[in-house]
Amino acid sequence: MILDDKILKSGEQAVFALRALYQRYGYIQFKMSKFEEYDFYVRNKDFLVGDGVITFNDTDGKLLALKPDVTLSIVKSNQDESETVHKLYYNENVYRISKNTHTFKEIMQTGLEYIGNIDTYAMTEVVLLAVKSLEAVSENYMLDLSHLGVLSALMQTLSVSESDKKKLIHCIGEKNPHGVREICAEANVPTELSEKLVVLIGAYGKPSDVLPKLRALDAGEEAEKAIKELEVITQTLETVGYANRIHIDFSVVNDMNYYSGIVFRGFIDGIPEGILSGGRYDKLMRKMGSHTGAVGFAVYLDMLELLDTHEKEYDTDILLLYDDQADTCELIKAVSVLAKNGTRVLAQKIKPEAIRYRQLLAYRNGGLEILEIGD
Amino acid sequence: MKSVINVALPKGRLGEKVYDMFEAAGFDCPSIKENNRKLTFENEEKGLRFFWVKPSDVAIYVERGAADIGIAGKDILLEYCPDVYELLDLGIGKCRMAVAAKSGFRDNREKTLRVATKFTRIAREYYAGKGRDIDIIHLNGSIELAPILGLSDVIVDIVETGKTLLENDLIPMETVVPISARLIANKANFKFKSEKIEAIVNGLAAISKQNQ
Repeated sequence: MILDDKILKSGEQAVFALRALYQRYGYIQFKMSKFEEYDFYVRNKDFLVGDGVITFNDTDGKLLALKPDVTLSIVKSNQDESETVHKLYYNENVYRISKNTHTFKEIMQTGLEYIGNIDTYAMTEVVLLAVKSLEAVSENYMLDLSHLGVLSALMQTLSVSESDKKKLIHCIGEKNPHGVREICAEANVPTELSEKLVVLIGAYGKPSDVLPKLRALDAGEEAEKAIKELEVITQTLETVGYANRIHIDFSVVNDMNYYSGIVFRGFIDGIPEGILSGGRYDKLMRKMGSHTGAVGFAVYLDMLELLDTHEKEYDTDILLLYDDQADTCELIKAVSVLAKNGTRVLAQKIKPEAIRYRQLLAYRNGGLEILEIGD
Repeated sequence: MKSVINVALPKGRLGEKVYDMFEAAGFDCPSIKENNRKLTFENEEKGLRFFWVKPSDVAIYVERGAADIGIAGKDILLEYCPDVYELLDLGIGKCRMAVAAKSGFRDNREKTLRVATKFTRIAREYYAGKGRDIDIIHLNGSIELAPILGLSDVIVDIVETGKTLLENDLIPMETVVPISARLIANKANFKFKSEKIEAIVNGLAAISKQNQ
């Protein structure tokens, strides 16, 4: 079977390209069952992006759910306390509530998980594959890399309530300096501390510009360690040719109850939201009772539809009209010959309305007759 | 095409004030002042395209990337929670979201409080924070009428001068949250046009400081 770019849509091409990419780096496909016990999601509700889960009863009455998430299922089935590393990738549909329409939506997701002993190599490899995933989809892309270690170190210096912390993190996600100042002023946080958060909001862009700004924050040992990690990862990616593709940006704030360490989000020019999201989720592993670490990401392929902007000029290349007199066998042969080199042939008795064709042919008396040739 | 920054401005007085700030900061588009029926206005040389939309729609245009940046009131942002960057408080369009009731109203905590508002999320969160049981009545306009006709006990609405309230024998009580106009940006588009958007943010921030 020959497949070319003309036939495959962006999302479909991406599925193949990403599968090949992950396999080249030693990741094994993880095929999972379509359903999961509902109870499992209830226990890990906060990890899910939204609240909604489609549920139904199995034949034995057990309450099942259509997967709203893949990572949880992978983690559950890979609880291995040994030093072995599991490198897995997946390509699955998940079911979530669309934020805009408040109805359920099927989302095709592909991604990978690196589970086991996480070292700098593991983190760098996953970030590299995230960048390469974006590259496989579009020429104009950008990966925002952040480290929750820096954020949590700064948060610890503030003596504010949990709800204020949540609000502050939300403001950082919005790049909202005036919001941070307002909340800090109300909570009597010294200006020098709140200004550090403001600096963090402004510290985005090229790693070489941002890293010195982060060091100047002088936020303690934990932050220093985090900054070092960011430095190693970004420098490695720069040396392998992705210098202008990776930015440090602290507006990537995944849920700190599950994520710790590096987190990142990928963007493509032409799609209004991030299409790749991931990070290190050791805390989720702890909650699931595992003592190993994990890092991974997911690519949301449903958004890629927006890249297929060029509209097809014709619905078919040849519209072939035939009548009742046509011999079926001969007609089939004629259609096969016409369709041989990838030409699209639509054989019909009556010309459909509003169809765009390149050529209009008629099959009459055992022969082809050209009725119309498009421009 | 790529270098054009699309700006969604809120129709009305606030939007005009905002445009004046853009102009003062050097991001002008003279054709916008022409009185015609055009929907978009472009300054090709400066790579700017402005368009007017309903104030409550600005956040939608920006969140979905049809506009790279836009100006929306904090009330809209709190009510719809769009996934956007909130880069700057422009310091104009200042007012407050407040609870108001008929003069002489006394809150009876034994009963469910009936609240009429256009901003159901803001009202719900405000009262949830106080642990108050309420009955939300969503209205699209003339909110002040609700307590007068006994449809609700109180209203949660935007109060600018309080004049409309006063004329209808209503008095503002607690402030829910102060409101002003904010510059918002689409998160993805910001990555690819950050330099130009930053220049606009810095320009507007300087003008906003001068104004204060």
